[in-house]
Amino acid sequence: LCLWGHPYLNSIFLLFFFFFSLTPWVPVVGLEIHAQISSNSKLFSGSQVQFAAPPNSLVSFFDASLPGTLPVLNRRCVEAAVMTGLALNCSINKKSLFDRKHYFYADLPAGYQITQQRVPIAVNGSLSYSLCIDNKMSQMVTKTVRIKQIQLEQDSGKSLHDDVRSQTLVDLNRAGVGLMEVVMEPDMCCGEEAAAAVRELQLILQTLGSSQAVMAEGQLRVDANVSVHHPGEPYGVRTEVKNINSIRFLAKAVDYEIERQIEELESGGTILNETRAFDSKLGCTVPMRDKEGKQDYRFMPEPNLPPLILYNARSLPANMNHQQVVNIDWIHERLPDLPSVKRAKLVEQYGILPEHSFTLLNEAGLTEFFEDVIKQTQMKPKKVIGWILNDLLSYLKQHSLTVKESPVSSFLLADLLNRLEKKEISSTAAKQVFAELWKGEGKTPLEIVKEKKLQLIQDQEDLERICQAVIDGQENEVIICQCRKDGVLALPHLLGRTRSSLPGSLV
Amino acid sequence: QRCLSLIKSTKFLNAYITVAEETALKQAEESEKRYKRGQPLGVLDGIPIAVKDNFNTAGIETTCASNMLKGYISPYNATVVQKLLDQGAVLLGKTNLDEFAMGSGSTDGVFGPVRNPWSYSRQYKEKSVPKSHSEDKDSNWVITGGSSGGSAAAVSSFTCFAALGSDTGGSTRNPAAHCGVVGLKPTYGLISRHGLIPLVNSMDVPGILTRCVDDAAVVLGSLAGHDPKDSTTIQDNFKPFELSDLTDVSKLSIGIPKEYHAPGLSSEILALWSKAADLFKNAGAKVIEVSLPHTRYSIVCYHVLCTAEVASNMARFDGLEYGHRSDMNKSTESMYAATRREGFNDVVRGRILSGNYFLLKQNYENYFIKAQKVRRLIANDFVKVFGSGVDILLTPTTLSDAIPYMEFIKEDNRTRSAQDDILTQAANMAGLPAINVPTALSERGLPVGLQFIGRSFQEKQLLTVAKWFEKQVKFPMIQLDEHNGNLKQISKP
Repeated sequence: LCLWGHPYLNSIFLLFFFFFSLTPWVPVVGLEIHAQISSNSKLFSGSQVQFAAPPNSLVSFFDASLPGTLPVLNRRCVEAAVMTGLALNCSINKKSLFDRKHYFYADLPAGYQITQQRVPIAVNGSLSYSLCIDNKMSQMVTKTVRIKQIQLEQDSGKSLHDDVRSQTLVDLNRAGVGLMEVVMEPDMCCGEEAAAAVRELQLILQTLGSSQAVMAEGQLRVDANVSVHHPGEPYGVRTEVKNINSIRFLAKAVDYEIERQIEELESGGTILNETRAFDSKLGCTVPMRDKEGKQDYRFMPEPNLPPLILYNARSLPANMNHQQVVNIDWIHERLPDLPSVKRAKLVEQYGILPEHSFTLLNEAGLTEFFEDVIKQTQMKPKKVIGWILNDLLSYLKQHSLTVKESPVSSFLLADLLNRLEKKEISSTAAKQVFAELWKGEGKTPLEIVKEKKLQLIQDQEDLERICQAVIDGQENEVIICQCRKDGVLALPHLLGRTRSSLPGSLV
Repeated sequence: QRCLSLIKSTKFLNAYITVAEETALKQAEESEKRYKRGQPLGVLDGIPIAVKDNFNTAGIETTCASNMLKGYISPYNATVVQKLLDQGAVLLGKTNLDEFAMGSGSTDGVFGPVRNPWSYSRQYKEKSVPKSHSEDKDSNWVITGGSSGGSAAAVSSFTCFAALGSDTGGSTRNPAAHCGVVGLKPTYGLISRHGLIPLVNSMDVPGILTRCVDDAAVVLGSLAGHDPKDSTTIQDNFKPFELSDLTDVSKLSIGIPKEYHAPGLSSEILALWSKAADLFKNAGAKVIEVSLPHTRYSIVCYHVLCTAEVASNMARFDGLEYGHRSDMNKSTESMYAATRREGFNDVVRGRILSGNYFLLKQNYENYFIKAQKVRRLIANDFVKVFGSGVDILLTPTTLSDAIPYMEFIKEDNRTRSAQDDILTQAANMAGLPAINVPTALSERGLPVGLQFIGRSFQEKQLLTVAKWFEKQVKFPMIQLDEHNGNLKQISKP
């Protein structure tokens, strides 16, 4: 069953369907994710991997499929796939094979793609991800999706269609770049789950460094397989949804497709086993150009590549040159902390809430910023987190800035928080100082406090004198004052009066 | 220079597609300088060689005898070509072949068929009976065999000292037998295929054609060894060897596979094979009959696997990045289709269609997988025989001597290939080294050779035995008018 509270309109319609359908529908969502491997050179050739280089400037003879050229496997790509497989709890196949997948297309120079269809490098893993119920960030639930397999394969080039001149322009820079295809079983049930799973995968890949996984740069591509059925009945016909360019669009596309299929079936129609493209402008899926019949890729073993053999500590032959082999155990020992572990450590170390740890990890550089501030301040982490998430982050979001681009450095924020901790300023004043710091004019918190006269009055006598003045202005009221060492506690209505006589300081 | 002029005077053989006169003369000049300084790069320095036109040669056209690659100038040298050049060898030119190495006659390339130099030899002319007065002497010429016919003819006619061919089903050994030269197929994985335009990646090897076994050993020594650019080459360090003169063959065990007494084997060759076996026996070697029971399935198996790989390897020829591109530009698909129809001959297209058929999902299990299994059985036949103590196998190379072109073309390429590959192609299935040694002249005055098949990576043993045999049979030298008695001068220094 799915979780509700999705803010988009689509989900409201979905809600209606669920409530008013004759029988409930169970949506089923699986994902095929292609992650570009972060490596210096391509999977089978030595040409460079680089985003946005001049067209056809990173193409080796092999990438251009010049006759007589042969593939040579890139070790770094194998290591990246093993790392990813281990991080996703997969079994790593000590022997995996390469195959050719044939089809004709302008961006596939050899007329076939080298992939791993028979025996991929990693199988049978799982990925845990979390969702918040009710969009309130107050309750998180953990789900798991099974990973069917991870396979190594070549990326294709890019083709750009110029309809004006009826021609197609082909750029082979991307042809041959290494990809990891991660197949997620249809264990998800809606756009939100798909999005959360992909987000978590993205974080894992970025933590491992095996892929930079930036969707906008095409380093992470997601295709969704969607079907619906009645509970207890077999799975329905599924469609494949492509052309999804962001995680947000992934959720939208999946939910739209679920709704479309339900509508279609309820009105007596059928679902075609087809490929559909997501149109982000219209927010819907449309059938892609019809391929006559089903594609037969005529898979054949790649004869130019021997089976890929991986070793572990036990199976590693004594006289083997370790430069020539990939040792699974060696890689396992060097895996960095995965996001789930990092989050748990943050919660334990700093006493913050689990949902806080999610937000920290979700924003590039935010955890480091938070920890930098902690180091430089006496304020408790439980309080600091509020400033990070409510103030810093919301300002960043408002101005579409990354943590790196923040005009307020961790040093400045720590300084500000220290003053707040020492009660040099009130929390309202601190917010004002923060707003000033945000302008990035180079002033320190102290300078701003002085400038705007935001400092809390510590002097007992000063405070008494001011209070007296206010009280004197209130003849017929009964006033209760309580003088304390650190300030004066007065009744709210008086507070207002007092406040107005004291520029900016909080009593 | 003499080689170049001989090439010109034997142009009617059509052995060369491209003659690289300028670069060859330059290379020869530089070689001479090195010799004068006393610093030759190696044994091959200055030696004129020819290379089959399916090897990439930088700056020199590589056509594979196909319209698809007419005018194609590769930007890189095949590893074997580079190795030869690094040794100082002089590259005379690119030799003719069947289109994309598909064929057993060297008759189906776009530059026309190659003529066997022996057609013009005194030995053949003396023996041949003209059918009628009016018959053009020229029409009686015989084929070279294939697909490395150009390379074989080039070596045979003394226009070069060694040539590179390729061997997928017998394409080096077959023309070697018909042209009376030594044709060596090395073990799969010993010599790099980087830069050899592939026919069947899992069976192709670069082949070596020379006039004597010692030469073949020399060339092998400069070519063999691991190439990081070819992941199917073995990692072990290869040590070039010099062939010793075998005096005592009593420790040898020669196997005679009975299945190689194939239907269609000429009585002449059968007799020659028998004589050769006796030769070994009389010299003290152990000669025993052995069995390779799956031999009769190898042709069909080969056809399935070969066409499947061909279909895959030819997929890259779409006219986009290089090679012929059709003027048809209504759509990408139509451009592809027209380009491939215009660029490939019927033989190539036929194999592509068959191959794609075998690779279809519904057929894959029944054809491709089955053929792979049969291939394993064929390979195991050899393992068993070699494991039982046999050192070398002795078989015929071809079913008969070279037949006239006019007769050859009466049957289509596929039929001919099926017939002619039968004795050579099992060695490709099993990846074993094999060599053709010219043995004697047939009744028609044409060369006949016999084949030795050895154990994996045991080229030294194979060539040693071959050399001994070569010495025993004393195969005669070709007598061509074009040589005008100048052969002694052209011979190896």
